Amino acid sequence: MFKSLLSKISRGYGATLPALLLGVAMLAAIACGPSAAPSAGEKPSGSMAGGEVIKVGVLHSLSGTMSISETAVRDATLLAIEEINASGGVMGKKLQPVIEDGASDWPTFAEKARKLLQNDKVAVVFGCWTSASRKAVLPVFESNNGLLFYPVQYEGLETSPNIFYTGATTNQQIVPAVEYLLGQGKKRFFLLGSDYVFPRTSNLIINRQLEGSGLKAVGEEYTPLGHTEYSTVISKIKAAKPDVVFNTLNGDSNVAFFKQLKDAGITAKDLPVISVSVAEEEVRGIGPDNIAGHLVAWNYFQTTNTPENTKFVAAYKAKYGANRVTDDPIEAGYFGVYLWKMAVEKAGSTDVAKVKEAAKGIQFSAPGGPVTIHMSNQHTAKTVRIGMVRADGQINEVWNSGKPVSPDPYLDTYTWAKGIRNMVQ
Amino acid sequence: MEVWALQIFNGISLSTILLLIALGLALSFGLMNVINLAHGEFIMIGAYTTYALQIAASALTGGPSSEVTFLIAIPLAFIVTGAVGFLVERSLIRFLYRRPLDTLLATWGVGLILQQLARSIFGAPNVQVVAPQWLSGGVALGSDLVLPMKRLFIILVVLVCLAGIYWYMYRSSEGRRMRAVMQNRDMASSLGVSTRRVDSLTFALGAGLAGIAGWALTLIGPIGPSLGTFYVVDAFIVVILGGLGQIPGTIMAAFIIGMLNTIFEFGTTAVVGKVLVFVMVILFLQWKPAGLMRLRTR
Amino acid sequence: MIRGLGVLRTFFQPGLRKPWLAQWAFPALALLALLLAPAVLSGFRMGLLGKFMTFAILALSLNLIWGYAGMLSLGHGVFFGLGGYSFAMYLKLEAAGGKLPDFMFWSGLRELPFFWEPFRHPWFALPMIFIIPAALAGGLGYLVFRSRITGVYFALITQALALIVSILFVGQQPYTGGTNGITNFSAIFGFPISRPGTQLALYYVTVAALALTYLLCHWIISSRLGRLLVAMRDDENRVRFSGYNPAILKTLVFTLSAGLAGIAGALFVPQVGIVSPSMMGIVPSVEIAIWVAVGGRGVLMGAVLGAIVVNGAKSLLSESFPDIWQYFLGALFVGAVLVFPGGIMGLFRGEGWRPRWGWLGQVRAALGRKKLADSQQGGMLKVPAPGSTSSPRAEKTRSP
Repeated sequence: MFKSLLSKISRGYGATLPALLLGVAMLAAIACGPSAAPSAGEKPSGSMAGGEVIKVGVLHSLSGTMSISETAVRDATLLAIEEINASGGVMGKKLQPVIEDGASDWPTFAEKARKLLQNDKVAVVFGCWTSASRKAVLPVFESNNGLLFYPVQYEGLETSPNIFYTGATTNQQIVPAVEYLLGQGKKRFFLLGSDYVFPRTSNLIINRQLEGSGLKAVGEEYTPLGHTEYSTVISKIKAAKPDVVFNTLNGDSNVAFFKQLKDAGITAKDLPVISVSVAEEEVRGIGPDNIAGHLVAWNYFQTTNTPENTKFVAAYKAKYGANRVTDDPIEAGYFGVYLWKMAVEKAGSTDVAKVKEAAKGIQFSAPGGPVTIHMSNQHTAKTVRIGMVRADGQINEVWNSGKPVSPDPYLDTYTWAKGIRNMVQ
Repeated sequence: MEVWALQIFNGISLSTILLLIALGLALSFGLMNVINLAHGEFIMIGAYTTYALQIAASALTGGPSSEVTFLIAIPLAFIVTGAVGFLVERSLIRFLYRRPLDTLLATWGVGLILQQLARSIFGAPNVQVVAPQWLSGGVALGSDLVLPMKRLFIILVVLVCLAGIYWYMYRSSEGRRMRAVMQNRDMASSLGVSTRRVDSLTFALGAGLAGIAGWALTLIGPIGPSLGTFYVVDAFIVVILGGLGQIPGTIMAAFIIGMLNTIFEFGTTAVVGKVLVFVMVILFLQWKPAGLMRLRTR
Repeated sequence: MIRGLGVLRTFFQPGLRKPWLAQWAFPALALLALLLAPAVLSGFRMGLLGKFMTFAILALSLNLIWGYAGMLSLGHGVFFGLGGYSFAMYLKLEAAGGKLPDFMFWSGLRELPFFWEPFRHPWFALPMIFIIPAALAGGLGYLVFRSRITGVYFALITQALALIVSILFVGQQPYTGGTNGITNFSAIFGFPISRPGTQLALYYVTVAALALTYLLCHWIISSRLGRLLVAMRDDENRVRFSGYNPAILKTLVFTLSAGLAGIAGALFVPQVGIVSPSMMGIVPSVEIAIWVAVGGRGVLMGAVLGAIVVNGAKSLLSESFPDIWQYFLGALFVGAVLVFPGGIMGLFRGEGWRPRWGWLGQVRAALGRKKLADSQQGGMLKVPAPGSTSSPRAEKTRSP
């Protein structure tokens, strides 16, 4: 019976059968596939009261070029979720993370954000690294009234009502870094960046700031993302004879740049480079001996001396391995979860509007010192720190702002930045 | 003036790296009409071999890796990558002769798998290879003209490789067979040359050269799973410009592309430089469709 | 009666002339399924299916030049992206409402660049969706084909094009939005873009575009031009000696294919809400080829199926196994050409797992001796061996 069926199929008219089957299976797969996998076997639970768990989204690139940086932030976020669950959850409910891969591709980020909000109905999403991925998901969060905690320093000039920015904006990183360098007597700035939004916008601001002090950058250079041949750029730097290089290169390019800079015989003594996208994680890939002595500007270092940080570093290493390091975005990805928890508990609900209202002015003792959510712009006040890379890959703080700096994404409080807000709005 | 001298040196340095990568591509293309899109991942294997050797050495001796391990890494990268290339040829490419476009896709798939393999084994973040002391610093020829030792050493290694290939192709019996197959596959086959063996060996040789390129890149660039992809498209352009599997053509093309890239980049920006080079190659092919040099086949 | 249905099987053959029923039964069924899908799918999944359909149009456009004319373009993402950008420029200007788009301000522009100006008008932007990618393809294609560059060389040149155009778009941030691309649209022809009704309308527009593209491609391949394309794929010199000019014919079909890819891109943008250079790079461009290879080259339905199946699988796998799904993708590439050269369409032809070479062939012979004997007895239809007609022949390199 079966055999005869088989032979009939193999004779040909059966070709229609597999065709139809496949067609049906395909439609079925599309219909229920994308959401089936991660939440399989879980009880459906909305973001509102009623279920025993609260679903939270974690959206980072786990594959592709950005996975280098983003997997560590995901780990920190999951650590915070685990800690919160271990100490009783939020309003007595456990947090259930729904992890999605943005694959370093901006349209994929938009697709996954839509999936988290519409299908999984998560209460909040922690995620994104690049500005491009944030810009890609922004309309999704705004039109679905979702909530995103964004953990990375960025170029400012944005206040979405649906995003909380736990990384630094320009006046908490770039602007104080330039002020510090000016204070050190540096006058000839060379601006080097990867060719994308963050460096372009940062350098626009730095140029205005330098103009405000009657100076002018002696060079401004951009290389494609992923560029690894810096000999020509180094020639240009040599020709321009700067006092300091302000480096906004991204990812892999930093490795090539610092290696080749050292080989060209330029040391940190001759020409210090200040970087705003190089943290402890990146220093390991560059090789500490290639970058030792150069400067970085952040809000947190692994060496930052607070009791909270000692605890955080120990917990992170215990969970993910002793050879792992922590850095600024990792820390921001970690304390963002706590800020959200505090806001939810104050609001007594995960409703987005209520959480946003409750979040105003909330303060938390983060590993890098106290952080406070701003009363209106949904950024966080953080302490600015400038450090020097040590030969062992850790960073020594050489200056800090003493107290948390209030976030000012449009630089309204700086006279030289007049008009920048009008440019954007 | 000194800046320009430095730029010429930079151009030569870039060219030699491109040459090392493109030679392997050109050889297998000339012989089998096959372009290997996993070539970038062969570079990556060479780089990770260097890294793994360093880790192993320091685990064995308990101290930092010695300077000898760094030199051992050169032949080791060649052998390991060559072996992987041999395996790929035997298990995959062999079945796809006469279907060059399919080879493109299959090797792309191999590349994806190798990349993910590296990510699984070594982790996604970049790793670091410590170069020996005597390679740091440079040779100062003027106040501003410092030639980095590492780049000089890479140039030296590439020259040695070139000499080796010349010897292999024109002075060894294996090389004679290879040239015979390049010129006329059927004839060579009927005269008793094992074309299969020649194919495998040539492909492995090309992969091995990419492995050495990977070793070289550990000195100057980042070492991560996607390390090869940055260079491999430029190498394709070199192969197209150089012409069918001709070593002199490939050498010339590598130098032209390397020099043009650095000169344009110095005059404009890196982005515009790349675009200009691409446009010039397309226009050049209007004039000489077969590239700089053409292999005579029968 | 069932025997009569056997004619349907010929649908999966790569040939050009088929019985009417075989020709249209499956496309009609698929169309019906797509038309009814919104009734059973949630908004999110409908959006996903809509996106996959734009990919299906893109795959059709590539199948036209690769499956039939034997030219593998590894730069089709560029044309998709250009169409997307053309439409996104219009959408962005509509969203900006007479002001300068936000990213231009960040990048230091103070007034709208002249070439953005006409994109305010839909009657200008809509034709540009087709014209801009087609013009680029026409120009490049003419230069390349005139020099008789074919096969692998053509693939590599188009791949370099993908690299160049994507870094160019990343670099020209004031004019293109840089890596971020263009995003944050509010309305399309006055309708709010994220409203479910608008999305549903876009879905049906995409279904219609897919159906029309299918018809157009079908018309082309069953015309004289289609036969010439296949002839050029198999022996370009013969076509040349017969008095045709292959360069012109190839340029024509390449241009058309690029234009269709542009339309797909324009449909993609309002549904996903973003256009960015990452869609034009090397990786997405190669992936398009894999959709076609998985579906089955040289059969129109193969491209459609391939695009939908591969992307569905990708969505699913990347969610279930975010850390290792690249292995699956890689294995798909290798498997699609080595083990299933006919793709899904080949499976329906009964080719199945039919490697004939080396150790794979040995394994198959050992496993399948019995079945082979069975099917010979049963008088199984003789199908052309994989690679002989359904896949592009070994290309002659560019010199005759």
